Amino acid sequence: MNKLHIGHLEDIDEKGSRTFKVQDTEIAVFKLSDGSLHAVENRCPHKGGKLSEGMVCGTAVHCPLHDWKIDLRSGKVHEPDDGCLNTYPTEVDGNSGEIYITIAG
Amino acid sequence: MSTTKKLVLVGNGMAGIRTIEHILKLAPHAYEITVFGAEPHPNYNRIMLSSVLAGGTSIEDIVINDWSWYEDNGIQVYPGDPIVRMDTKRKEVVSRNGVRATYDELIMATGSQAFILPLPGADKEGVIGFRDIKDCETMMAASQTYRKAAVIGGGLLGLEAARGLLNLGMDVTVIHINGHLMDRNLDLPAGLMLQRELEEQGMKFLLNKHTEEITGKHRVKAIRFTDQTVLETDLVVMAVGIRPQVELARQAGLDVSRGVIVDDYMNTSIPGISAVGECAEHRGIAYGLVAPLYEQGMVLAKRLAGAATEGYEGSVTSTKLKVSGVDVFSAGQFKDSADTRSIRIQDDVDGIYKKMVLKDGKLVGAVLFGDTTDGASLFSLIKSGENISGRERAILLGVPSDSGSGSGPSIAERMASMPDDEIVCGCNGVTKASIGDAVLNKGCNTLGAIKSCTKASASCGGCKPIVESLLVHYAGDAVGEQVKEGICGCTSYDRDEIVAQIKEMGLKTVKEVMNVLGWNEPEGCSKCRPSLNYYLGMIWPAEYEDERVSKFTNERYHANIQKDGTYSVIPRIYGGVTSPAELMKIAAVAEKYDVPMVKFTGGQRLDLLGVQKENLPKIWEELDMPSGFGYGKALRTVKTCVGNTFCRFGTQDSIEMGIRLEKKLDKMVAPAKVKLAVSGCPRNCAEATIKDLGVVAIDGAWELHVGGNGGVKVRAAELLCTVKTDAEVEEWTYAYLQYYRENARWNERTAAWIERVGLDHVKKALEDRDVRLALVERLELTLGRTVDPWKEIIENDKLRKNFTPLADAQPTTH
Repeated sequence: MNKLHIGHLEDIDEKGSRTFKVQDTEIAVFKLSDGSLHAVENRCPHKGGKLSEGMVCGTAVHCPLHDWKIDLRSGKVHEPDDGCLNTYPTEVDGNSGEIYITIAG
Repeated sequence: MSTTKKLVLVGNGMAGIRTIEHILKLAPHAYEITVFGAEPHPNYNRIMLSSVLAGGTSIEDIVINDWSWYEDNGIQVYPGDPIVRMDTKRKEVVSRNGVRATYDELIMATGSQAFILPLPGADKEGVIGFRDIKDCETMMAASQTYRKAAVIGGGLLGLEAARGLLNLGMDVTVIHINGHLMDRNLDLPAGLMLQRELEEQGMKFLLNKHTEEITGKHRVKAIRFTDQTVLETDLVVMAVGIRPQVELARQAGLDVSRGVIVDDYMNTSIPGISAVGECAEHRGIAYGLVAPLYEQGMVLAKRLAGAATEGYEGSVTSTKLKVSGVDVFSAGQFKDSADTRSIRIQDDVDGIYKKMVLKDGKLVGAVLFGDTTDGASLFSLIKSGENISGRERAILLGVPSDSGSGSGPSIAERMASMPDDEIVCGCNGVTKASIGDAVLNKGCNTLGAIKSCTKASASCGGCKPIVESLLVHYAGDAVGEQVKEGICGCTSYDRDEIVAQIKEMGLKTVKEVMNVLGWNEPEGCSKCRPSLNYYLGMIWPAEYEDERVSKFTNERYHANIQKDGTYSVIPRIYGGVTSPAELMKIAAVAEKYDVPMVKFTGGQRLDLLGVQKENLPKIWEELDMPSGFGYGKALRTVKTCVGNTFCRFGTQDSIEMGIRLEKKLDKMVAPAKVKLAVSGCPRNCAEATIKDLGVVAIDGAWELHVGGNGGVKVRAAELLCTVKTDAEVEEWTYAYLQYYRENARWNERTAAWIERVGLDHVKKALEDRDVRLALVERLELTLGRTVDPWKEIIENDKLRKNFTPLADAQPTTH
């Protein structure tokens, strides 16, 4: 288990996202309108679209390429499509606002 | 030990899965089901492939049973893994990937394959059939690189393929062995009318032509005919017919003729093995249309579920073709013979042809061209075999014969006497009984509710009149109001209601609209959010704060996202007029940032393609040019010809006019993209009559054409007005565009909008000068508040940060 520092709460807009790389994997971290953070692999299971560029609605993001809808909490693709992507636990330091992410392995 | 039997379905297509659906309904737990399919897709509607090709429908849209359906019903499915061997003694099948499955009952539903003519050169690259998603994808890919396509076969399938290729922008020639098109479904007059219509749409035909050879080195280059003429082409689509896929059945020792031979209960020659669909041959006929396949599926499902069935007795088939405004219908025995009489109407002016073929007072066949609304009722008369003596003319002329005159059964009687298992919707295999079930047991009391519950009339819509009659038959007075559809799944309000309520209640943000109007999804979806954002900005130009997070990617990052996640940059070049200095600046930026491609767009500008997102703000900064909005639902280009500045034919200064309009309308957002053009004389080199608004100079005046489109659906613009002065051109242009902004649905181009409301409506709305001036004033208020989006991002760090990745993640000490 690796815990990595990725940035600060203010780096990410509400209903927005930012990206970063860990080795060869690009990860997008989203901030929902309730302020919660969710990190997922930045690759739509459909055609590899960058989810970081998509529109955030509630707890889901719409892929910008073909409008697949993905739940940011579970990484599961909404029906009628099907699929799943990796999610990563995030943590925010209550005092400093620094964001940490845990990568398995 | 479980008592459930094992059922294996070989073939994951429409006929086989339809059978499984019925079995699940009739005997939910009778079988443990395993499905093998050659294609990597879930069961999809093959009939709709032509719609995918024609644009507007995606492959996802035509899936009938998605993966979760298999999962929910406990079906083990092996997509992309065809069965290669069958051992009928051990009752076992083996797939290409080595999966073995034993069975108690096996259903062969391997369908058919496109018949590829055994010509020399038929194996060259670029020679395909039109049968599955892969063929569709091949055609779409070919249209990106190549221009010329040839379709061999002028039947239903060939014409659908040709229409799709035409929509993909290819130059299409259809080659047909006979003297008129669709000769297996249409008689000569209808065939000629169809040809005339399709020729007007740009399709070319070579009739009475026999192909001899396909030539080319590696890829197809040309087709040579037996008369030694040659047609150059980059793609050949063979649509000469289909062949039942019977190799596997033959190897397994089943009796096979053209298809796998089955009896009236779909039994093959070996017990425990049934066949259904296009691979099966029943009483000498292998069907290729969906309705018979579904009828067979129903019989087989009943037998396997242990329900009573009278067996399958063959089908009377009908054909419906709809390609870009041409409606054709044919059914039964449509050709004249010694023992038939026919009655027909031919109207070449309106392009309408109707023919009924009668035998012993009964309707045995029909052909309809141009107006096919009576198709469903004629087809049902053919199937019922009732005597229509004395009513022939009334039926042909469409005069309702059930108005109480007592001649023949009324619609109500016909609905009542229709057998329960008669298939009403051929596309989706919905029977009369399932419509009855939806109405009586599932609370459906509108056409819309039946449609979403059973899928009846959800595809081609041809059976809508019968579904409506059945609704009345079952529901009587309980028939409800047609439920209208909202702008998306989050609401039942349509565009006009939403706009009216925003105005009435003074709603000012996207969130407020959703809260007040009771959205199902608290934060909406990717369809309603951008539309609400547009409507709010249009209604409250002076105060609404554009909501960035409710815009599609392209409009949030002010660049066009490409499939690999890179973006493109199109700076504004007013009227297509640039300068050496500007070109050098663009060239320098492109070199510095290693831009993979620099391309002229169709709208007289330059596109820098393949730009990394993080370089966008730097490139904009260094270009120091305004955004061309090449990504937005906004004013794109104003294309101009040279006009009287240089051209010897020019009657007016089109360049000056184009630049003037583009400078004024720069940064104008709209329901959809807006393209303008100005031509300096009626030769119209700027192609102004396929634009959202096109200005064409004539001697001493200007013509304004509106509602044109040169994209997916080509539509010629219609003349809005002719004006004398430059000032009038501006006044009408701005008033027209503002009227469009205020009245069209989000994502509706002017062509679709005018098609919907009618040009006369727009003309009437703009005829009063005071109204025009008020519209212009409102547009100016909006335009006065716009800022250049690129500049805004360059100067604002909070916006700019979103273009760069976060710094590399750092391991913590922990």
